[in-house]
Amino acid sequence: MVTLGHYLIVSGMLFTIGFAGVLLRRNIIIIFMSLELMLNAANLSLVAFSRFRVADGLPSYNAQVFVFFIITVAAAEVAVGLAIIVALYRARQTTHVEDINTLKF
Amino acid sequence: MSSFIFWFFAFLMLVFGAAVVINRNPIASALSLVICFMGLSALFMSLDAFFIGIIQVLVYAGAVMVLFLFIIMLLDLRVEKLRKINYVAVIGGAAVALAFFLQIYFVVRQLNAAQQPFPALTAKTDDVHNIGALLFTNFNLPFQIIGVLVLVATIGVIVLSKRELR
Repeated sequence: MVTLGHYLIVSGMLFTIGFAGVLLRRNIIIIFMSLELMLNAANLSLVAFSRFRVADGLPSYNAQVFVFFIITVAAAEVAVGLAIIVALYRARQTTHVEDINTLKF
Repeated sequence: MSSFIFWFFAFLMLVFGAAVVINRNPIASALSLVICFMGLSALFMSLDAFFIGIIQVLVYAGAVMVLFLFIIMLLDLRVEKLRKINYVAVIGGAAVALAFFLQIYFVVRQLNAAQQPFPALTAKTDDVHNIGALLFTNFNLPFQIIGVLVLVATIGVIVLSKRELR
């Protein structure tokens, strides 16, 4: 029997994979993909909660509208972020975060 | 809700999610991310959220990942050369991620609602209709703000992509 807890644990595992990717990888594009993994892990738990909270025989659609907004904002974020990465690559010819340390103390 | 669907697609999603982080070739990472999002969309559908599942495939696997692959090929990124690995940083990062997961695990385990199965759906689910109705009544203002946000993002991308940044 699959319970709410199973979905929350899977969502937590996906978030942890994304988190580890952000912490461990040094390629800025892979870091960006890991950010997407973390956003989607949050979406999974939101949808699981929406299915869990049944009213009048229907899932609570407020959470699904929220997920819809998150997906829209994430798509806009990807477009802007990749444009910034391209601009950075033009200026520095690298996507390795250890080569981009002007602001490092 | 079949538990086989859950276990199969959760396993698929987590394996390919890990492959995104582990692969050294950026293109292989991007393609693993596509399969990971397919598994995630199947999980959404196993939760009776068909509209969100379709949107996930259309927006992420369709649009976002094509953008990623486009940028990777535009920048002509190869398999990155192995650099000197800072073992303290790697072990520290893995320990922080593991501690984070253990926190989530113990919080979910002691959560009372997490042990209960999902209540059955008695009414006919009509996702697109219900979400659309909510979007244009209760959430009308956020919906319009999102529209402005997408417009601003489009203009911002055009400005950022110009050759000369002034």
